Amino acid sequence: MLVPLILGGTVASANGSDVARPEIDQEQIAAANRASWGINMASLDASHPDEEPSAAEADRMLPAAAAEQMAAMRITREPLTQLAIEMNAQQKAANALTDPTQKQAARQAWQQAMNDLAHESATRSILRDLYSPAQLREQMTWFWFNHFNVHASKRDIRAMVGDYEDHIRSHALGRFRDLLETTLRHPAMLRYLDNDQNAVGHINENYAREIMELHSMGVGSGYTQKDVQELARILTGVGVSLNPDPPRLKPVLQPLLIREGLFEFNPNRHDFGPKQFLGHAIEGSGFHEVEQALDLIAASPATAHHVSSQIAIYFMGDNPPPPLVDRMATAWRSSDGDISTVLRTLFQSHEYRASLGQTFKDPVHYVISAVRYAYDGRVILNADPMINWLNRMGEGLYNHETPDGYPMSASAWTGPGQMETRFEIARTIGNGAAGLFRPRGPGTADRPAFPQLQNALYYDGLAQTLSPATRTVLDQANSPQQWNMLFLASPDFMRR
Amino acid sequence: MHPIDRRQMLKSAAVAAPLLLAGRAFAAPAAAGNRLLLVFLRGAYDAINIVAPTSSDFYHQSRPNIGLGKPDPANPDAPIPLDADWSLHPALKDSILPLWRARQVAFIPFAGTDDMSRSHFETQDSIELGQPIGGHRDYGSGFMGRLAAALGHDAPIAFTQQLPLCFRGGPVVPNIALSNASGKPPLDPQETGLITAMYKGQRIGGVDLEKAVTEGFAVRETVFKSIQDEMTQASRGAVTPKGFELSARRIGHLMRDQFNLAFVDVGGWDTHVNQGGAQGYLANRIGELGRALAGFADEIGPEAWRSTTVVVISEFGRTFRENGNRGTDHGHGSVYWVLGGNVQGGRVAGPQVRLAPDMLNQARDLPVLTDYRALIGGIVARQFALSPNRLQTVFPAVPAANLGLV
Repeated sequence: MLVPLILGGTVASANGSDVARPEIDQEQIAAANRASWGINMASLDASHPDEEPSAAEADRMLPAAAAEQMAAMRITREPLTQLAIEMNAQQKAANALTDPTQKQAARQAWQQAMNDLAHESATRSILRDLYSPAQLREQMTWFWFNHFNVHASKRDIRAMVGDYEDHIRSHALGRFRDLLETTLRHPAMLRYLDNDQNAVGHINENYAREIMELHSMGVGSGYTQKDVQELARILTGVGVSLNPDPPRLKPVLQPLLIREGLFEFNPNRHDFGPKQFLGHAIEGSGFHEVEQALDLIAASPATAHHVSSQIAIYFMGDNPPPPLVDRMATAWRSSDGDISTVLRTLFQSHEYRASLGQTFKDPVHYVISAVRYAYDGRVILNADPMINWLNRMGEGLYNHETPDGYPMSASAWTGPGQMETRFEIARTIGNGAAGLFRPRGPGTADRPAFPQLQNALYYDGLAQTLSPATRTVLDQANSPQQWNMLFLASPDFMRR
Repeated sequence: MHPIDRRQMLKSAAVAAPLLLAGRAFAAPAAAGNRLLLVFLRGAYDAINIVAPTSSDFYHQSRPNIGLGKPDPANPDAPIPLDADWSLHPALKDSILPLWRARQVAFIPFAGTDDMSRSHFETQDSIELGQPIGGHRDYGSGFMGRLAAALGHDAPIAFTQQLPLCFRGGPVVPNIALSNASGKPPLDPQETGLITAMYKGQRIGGVDLEKAVTEGFAVRETVFKSIQDEMTQASRGAVTPKGFELSARRIGHLMRDQFNLAFVDVGGWDTHVNQGGAQGYLANRIGELGRALAGFADEIGPEAWRSTTVVVISEFGRTFRENGNRGTDHGHGSVYWVLGGNVQGGRVAGPQVRLAPDMLNQARDLPVLTDYRALIGGIVARQFALSPNRLQTVFPAVPAANLGLV
């Protein structure tokens, strides 16, 4: 446990009662606020990599009202392979229509179904962020998704993002090498960075370049343009197939074919010539070349340093102390790239403790933490308002077009227009349920709930952490709604 | 003092010291001098159905269903001749044609990028970043941001929901989407006062949060006042414009007094299916764009219009031939627009080639003869008197084209 849990169940039982309540340790609040999607009554203990439930266990521990919503989703009921093939067939059938009006309608129906799939994924992601006991895993899932970013709008990726996120999630606290290969073998990534078009004689360097530049070693870390070109050759034939039938191959190539779901390594499209990559000779052997290349990339000190630095920036904000990043990189190398070990090094550092409360929340963190705090364990019935808020603030889920992911520096989210938008959203949340408890679909009844921001957690500890200026202003609120707005708009709530 | 005015004055002080001494700086509007608005048509608009090469039989053969016909004064659906070779889409008759006749619009065909990916995102990024193709992409540095930095005394703004790529890496640029901005301020003065009080002296890392918050409220207030004027006019019976025209009119109002370097984008131009010809989907879109740009010119007013340049671009053009779905697919060269009171317009400018099958790029679309960086570089060099050295910081490795447009 990073910080001793001082209160345990006391807070929960003290909710609204007259029992004398001990104050909550302020460092505990700060630590929990950083390592979770935002403190609430239900989770005051700081998450720790050693204590995180697995991805599957975390889903089983969700509140029933959240689990039911997820169970009803098409992305839950149908595996990705089936979904993608069905959606592809629907699109083909629409395009085959000759009547322009019918075709238009069929294409619109296909678009809607695709949008629905991405929407389900976004809703599920938000429900997990709000209610999962594995708060650190869910944060790291968002971090890694952004690190290995794909944009849902490209081609058929809307049908794939939920599954892609799930694969990332199961490796979010494990070994980086496994995570890297998981993203490489996922059709969403292969579509997004065009490697499904990369074939011998038709080289597409897009993905090879981004693996080196964004996903692992970092730009300027020593690899050359020649390494990018060689990695692109190594990656030829790594692609996606929706075809139930395997490709026709010469008998000698048959054993080299790999098909796993929609992932396909097609040796017919592979360049079997010898390669030189990162100073190592790689003989033409098929997908084994990719494994060798990933081993080299994952073991590179540049990768340890670059990715450690990204993790430190995510948790601590701009310019994490270089000695801390060095220690994380050392922990990375000694643990063979074990993400939990790297996180433990970060969380146990004095630099990290000193930085608690000083990191600016990006829009996702702002929105999730506001709803977690305002409604505690009461499960929302509709994530649409939150999805809209994220889009308005420019950090919509699966909505970043470029492979670099959303920026993590505070300056990307503190622009004048963006601050103002935040205050408008603070006002919306502070005023009432804002549609969070009105289920989607026609004929559903709204079950509004007024947010409880002045709760036991506030009086027991949070109030003491606020700056004098914020407390003075909160005292001038002329209604509970305005108090809520001011609290959520305060510079104190913007930080974690 | 109004925070934006203050920032403006501080920034202007360095370059306008003689004016300050003469005591005239306060009399000048905040965004005095020249103005540039970049309009980005996202989705690759079908340029040659808007400014159509109607003297070309190849054009008419290539577009049997969606092509504009030949100019014909008796036919309201016929395109309107601009010169011997080119004609304007009839949906622009009431909006852009008058500006053309006033010589305030020029069209630049065969314009575009050296990005051959034909990917919307890839090419939009290429354009917004304005960096050489093939090198390392720095997503933290867009050409409008570099332009703002090179100018030093600008008042930039993005009329978009998020800060666009092109405005990254320069000074702090406010952003606001005007299409859904309402006339009702979400926070009242008491609330903005309370929030401002909480942010006094607040910083995070290198960011001055207090300044961001006060400027955010100021920009919102500016927009709110502008919309109030608009509602006052509407209450006198004026027709309230909708969609992009509404945004563009609001932009005109705001650029008249407050901002001089602005970006706005408008989507919906990816027409693979049933795009229509003289009428239909694309005609409706282009009609709205025309009304928007004319509305912008109207709203900014004759005085400011004289020192304003509007450049309309899109990521790429579309296939020269119509496809099997009475639409067009991703192509290459486009037609860009340059409008403004100071524009030497009324002409189709820049290098051109005769349109024939063997002149098409990769047998499918218009070749690019004028690079967007050369075009915009040439305009801003003249417009803002940027030296070639400073222009190189905006568009590295691409010399400006002088098409004599401003």
